Amino acid sequence: MKPAKFEYHAPASIEEALVILGRYDGEARVLAGGQSLVPMMNFRLATPKAIVDLNPIAGLSYIEEDDEVVRIGSMTRQRRLEFEPLVGAKLPLLHEGLRWIGHLPTRSRGTIGGSIAHADPSAEIPMVLQALEGEVVARGPQGERRIPVGDLFHAALTTSLAPLEIITEVRFPAMPAQAVYAVEEFARRNGDFAVAAVAVVVVRDGDRCTKARLATAGVGPTSIRLRDAEAVLEQKGLTEDAITEAADKAAAQVDPVSDLNGSAEYRRHLTGVLTSRAIAKAIAPRA
Amino acid sequence: MSEIREIKLTVNGKAYEGRCEPRKLLVDFIREDLGLTGTHIGCEHGICGACTILFNGEAARSCLMFAVQAQGAELLTVEGLAKGDEYHPLQQAFHEHHALQCGYCTPGMLIAALDFLATNPAPTEDEIREGISSVLCRCTGYVNIVKAVAAAAEVMRGASVQTGRSDPPP
Repeated sequence: MKPAKFEYHAPASIEEALVILGRYDGEARVLAGGQSLVPMMNFRLATPKAIVDLNPIAGLSYIEEDDEVVRIGSMTRQRRLEFEPLVGAKLPLLHEGLRWIGHLPTRSRGTIGGSIAHADPSAEIPMVLQALEGEVVARGPQGERRIPVGDLFHAALTTSLAPLEIITEVRFPAMPAQAVYAVEEFARRNGDFAVAAVAVVVVRDGDRCTKARLATAGVGPTSIRLRDAEAVLEQKGLTEDAITEAADKAAAQVDPVSDLNGSAEYRRHLTGVLTSRAIAKAIAPRA
Repeated sequence: MSEIREIKLTVNGKAYEGRCEPRKLLVDFIREDLGLTGTHIGCEHGICGACTILFNGEAARSCLMFAVQAQGAELLTVEGLAKGDEYHPLQQAFHEHHALQCGYCTPGMLIAALDFLATNPAPTEDEIREGISSVLCRCTGYVNIVKAVAAAAEVMRGASVQTGRSDPPP
């Protein structure tokens, strides 16, 4: 199908974008990469009165590092991040996660901020944001605020962003150099939405696991941290028994739904399997 | 209420202009307003890849963009691949390996493969399969497409061939 009529705005700045958004009283939508919004408009699941296109705004696409924090402009394309050496060096989990997002031609347009604001339950970037304990910077009429990931995702496709707020930046603490990581995902075809996915970051000190962070995609209304599984690894280390127990805790913690791609029970099972695989892959010696 | 916009852009090295509503999808603009019907429309929601074009040098789904967003952009469509009567190495390889049957996905497959090879000039078979997974083909079972992309990659590595990019691949 074709999109319904809308008024198109190409503001030159975030301030101008916020003014235009304010005029439409919640009936305008912000357009970032368009890889989720435009299909919804083509299906007429979304029929906004106006589109406020962030693409013409200069200065929202950048990757910088200050003091062990990597700051990424919200309109930075996923493709640029995929080929950016700083991401590979400081945020290798994000690099790994990006490869699972759609396909190269969708990553050419898709942005990091757009993926987070859309908050699709199966999306990889929110999962990575959870595992790395990142935050977003949002700009509204009252100015700027920082939203930690733990306060960001409320429900499927729903964030704590106010109607008149736009994400301008995404921040990740740089991963410790000794951290090991992995993403495991299952989808029926390459590039499809995740039926289930798990991201893992582990910091080791000898046999001990000093820090474990695990997060999901596809197995609940939002990406969540698998805190019970993290606690098992941090208390018991990375033995086979501990990994099995962590996987069981992970499967018990998630709240999946049934749909065409898999039953809730199947997704719960996958969560356990992918958790143990991801931990094993993370701690295996790298080639 | 919906205003008409004037759009100026470059397609396959040639300047074009057209007028359309903001809601017009880029693929429809390319086909209906510019008359370049080589780019096909399949699913209209970003799944099938038939409408893949190069947008400022990078493959993108033209059904997931509005024509107004292409103001000042440089596009490459399947019509821009051949040089006169001479096929692009990808087209030549698709021809030689019988990498198409109905041909519906072929414009998207060629452009997606062009961009993929720009980022990975010497891919393994698995990487080719992943690279072309952005375009669905319902005829061939992909076997001959994979062969054709591998053959084209070899030719393109040996020759300086237009990849649609002005800058070196990242």
